Amino acid sequence: MTPGRWSRHDILDVDDWSREEFEMVLSTTEAMREVLDRPIKRTPVLRGKTVVLFFAEASTRTRVSFELAAKALSADVVNITSSGSSVEKGESLLDSVRTLQALGGDVIVLRHGSSGAPYFVADRVEASVVNAGDGWHAHPSQALLDAFTLRARLGTLSNKTVAIVGDVLHSRVARSNVHALRALGAEVVLCGPPTLLPAAWRCGHAPAGVRVETDLGRALEGVDAVMALRLQKERMSAGLLPSTREYARVWGITEARLAVTKPGAPVLHPGPLNEGVEIAAAVARGPRAVIEEQVTNGVAVRMALLYLLAGTEVPD
Amino acid sequence: MRIVGARVIDPTSGTDEIRELSIGDRAGTIDAAGLIATPGFIDLHTHLREPGFEESETIADGARAALRGGFTTVCCMPNTEPVLDAPGLLEEVRERAAAAKAARVLPIGSITRARKGVALSDMAELADAGAVAFSDDGAPLQDARLMRYALEYARATGRVIADHAQDAVLAANGVMHEGEASALLGLPGIPSAAEETAIARDLALARLTGGRVHIAHVSTARGVALVRAAKREGVPVTCEVTPHHLALTDDWVAGDRTFAWDRRNGSAAAAPYDTATKVNPPLRPRADIEALWQGLRDGTIDAIATDHAPHASTYKDVEYDQAAFGISGLETALSVLLDAAGAGWIDLGVLIERLTVGPARCFGLDAPSLARDVVLIDPDAEWTVAIDALISRGKNTPLLGRRMGGRVVAAFVEGEQRLE
Amino acid sequence: MAKLLLTEDEIRRALTRIAHEVLERNGGTEGIALVGIKNRGDILAARVRAKVGEIEKASVPLGSLDITLYRDDLTRIGYAPEVRRTELPFSVDDQVIVLVDDVLFTGRTIRAAMDALVDFGRPRAIQLAVLVDRGHRELPIRADYVGKNVPTSLDEDVRVRLQELDGEDSVVLARKGEQAA
Repeated sequence: MTPGRWSRHDILDVDDWSREEFEMVLSTTEAMREVLDRPIKRTPVLRGKTVVLFFAEASTRTRVSFELAAKALSADVVNITSSGSSVEKGESLLDSVRTLQALGGDVIVLRHGSSGAPYFVADRVEASVVNAGDGWHAHPSQALLDAFTLRARLGTLSNKTVAIVGDVLHSRVARSNVHALRALGAEVVLCGPPTLLPAAWRCGHAPAGVRVETDLGRALEGVDAVMALRLQKERMSAGLLPSTREYARVWGITEARLAVTKPGAPVLHPGPLNEGVEIAAAVARGPRAVIEEQVTNGVAVRMALLYLLAGTEVPD
Repeated sequence: MRIVGARVIDPTSGTDEIRELSIGDRAGTIDAAGLIATPGFIDLHTHLREPGFEESETIADGARAALRGGFTTVCCMPNTEPVLDAPGLLEEVRERAAAAKAARVLPIGSITRARKGVALSDMAELADAGAVAFSDDGAPLQDARLMRYALEYARATGRVIADHAQDAVLAANGVMHEGEASALLGLPGIPSAAEETAIARDLALARLTGGRVHIAHVSTARGVALVRAAKREGVPVTCEVTPHHLALTDDWVAGDRTFAWDRRNGSAAAAPYDTATKVNPPLRPRADIEALWQGLRDGTIDAIATDHAPHASTYKDVEYDQAAFGISGLETALSVLLDAAGAGWIDLGVLIERLTVGPARCFGLDAPSLARDVVLIDPDAEWTVAIDALISRGKNTPLLGRRMGGRVVAAFVEGEQRLE
Repeated sequence: MAKLLLTEDEIRRALTRIAHEVLERNGGTEGIALVGIKNRGDILAARVRAKVGEIEKASVPLGSLDITLYRDDLTRIGYAPEVRRTELPFSVDDQVIVLVDDVLFTGRTIRAAMDALVDFGRPRAIQLAVLVDRGHRELPIRADYVGKNVPTSLDEDVRVRLQELDGEDSVVLARKGEQAA
């Protein structure tokens, strides 16, 4: 890529991003944060562009965040939501892709329950595709907003250690955070019940710079920040956990468990929260929690991504 | 027909020399200088999809694709609709295959009615009607007691159980090998243990009953080790491996496109989540692949079988976790294997044995004969795997677009040239 | 051959003159604020503010404006230019805002800057100060304070170099694509 110029057509994962690409998004996010502090939180830069929000899996928070971001840049927004998988409704992803292509949007923001679905779509449409979460695989904008939030708190991520606690196995947030945090120089500790950690990572084959612990005390020892993951209720019915009560006692983030971190280490959560399960109410509403900052930063990150992508169109 | 000048590799006699061959009654001479002549290959594991899934494959197209790949005999799996669980259906398959005048097709009967895993098919009648083996391939038999009974019947009828050895509960929802690649891709994994436990169970049952079990598409290092140990103890077991399990690592799901023997490391050449890499059992890591080759060389693995699993695009042009399992393999098998031989991973004579004499031994078929079934191979011919180049209706191979070496240029079945 | 338009001394004198003109025209520092357009107008605005401080012994509010998000040529240039943070640490309502930029050319940057500015409130007036006016306007915009008027042709570039960014103060006229001396 040309130095200082964004060159990706799609944002599907952050696993192969260069340090420079992360920095470019984060510094653009910094500028977008300022826009959100203005009395009129709107700039005309994407006037005439259409952003299609295609959410094949329910997610109000992420969808609204992208919608606010698109509108703050004056893009037109088209919403396509569908509850349940397209397969259940008898509409194939290929059908959806044909519709998306016909709609002719400039950017498609895709949320989908199947890992890899954004690659399928990106391969078949002209528009830029932004992955807003696919299965267990990736959630790039979440990882970027987490990185932005952490840097705002910690100054830098170099030589910092971040603990990610909870259902790592099924978490696209955890996977994308591993890539982003590593690229920005941080070490990562993954912690959770043994059944909710990827088997290979638990058995000594974790990615470089990533430590895996099942003991929360060891995981939190001396870390600079803690990220709690949402525990999906359906994990219980799948027999992966004995009980939520046990989970809350053994892996829940409480004031007492946080005593071993660096003083004041910030606590993140991608939301929505199960208070009293993965995070205690006192922590979620306490001084360490940066959960509301995450939400605001989320809009700014998504503005940055939409802006950078919309600029890559080369005129004919 | 006289075939002159070919390098003749005859695994029956163990000879490898340039000599003349004579096949069939027709007059004429083929100048085969520079070509390799071998007995026709036998594929123990082919899905022809007819009746029921003609959009994916037909008996005629599958049999033609087989010849293109050098297979003059294919044993077709019973997971059709209806399932091949009644004598009349076997007869129908054989008639349609005969009409196609391509590869010889030997039907495999289902172990259980409609492959439901609940009650045995009429195995004795199916054997009489020409079932060459029995299998519930694709729906691994979970009921150990039923497997025991099937092996008893197999013994009594002189047939083999072709065993898709997999614990369905351990494998449930898995779409690829459970390992580092699945962890990064966020795809549910199938642990190696799902295969290992099932192989261990069925080896124990074969020992118990004396019925012959044939481990289909072995894919794990421990699976090979279990078979090796069982053979040493005299358990009636044989074993096959597929070209894709020999060549492709689970990194192919993440977009890697280098064969296991190509040491060009980590050159991702394709987008991840290509559903053409979705296959059951799943593609495994390099350590397993190395063990498979070791087993193939030392004879633990008796045969190479394609598990040709053609699928219409409807079943593959979907999300990775929604896609059907299977790789279309008849037409690419030889090129892949020759590439491995070229890299020094196997001796050409041993390779041909595992495609001919080895599979015949597994199912108790007539020994391959150069007087009856012959293929001529141009080892220097190059071709590109492309949708239009494949005869099979199944274009589902991750090798699409790849330049390959080695091509079958002629094939004779029952003395008759059916591919030229 | 590149041609030197303004030396370090000439730049200093031009900015001093602009500072005097701003004060004279607005009758002092009351109610005025300086807003520089990034990436060199903000530096010039800071220098003008310093001059104003020397002359009047008073401090005027200073801001900087990044106009990238108000450009009208995003799809034409084929890439997304870097966006920088806008800093306006004061209310623009009822202020006289003196926009400061290095070079006035087509007027599109100033149009974008005015659009950005009015998103922050309703200034009483907007005035424009530039170090160099090189002509070729495409919009009905003119500067209130000009360091130097320079006739140019469209195949020329006006290159402003400032100590803070470039290590020296100079303004040079060069052919497009020509390397600086």
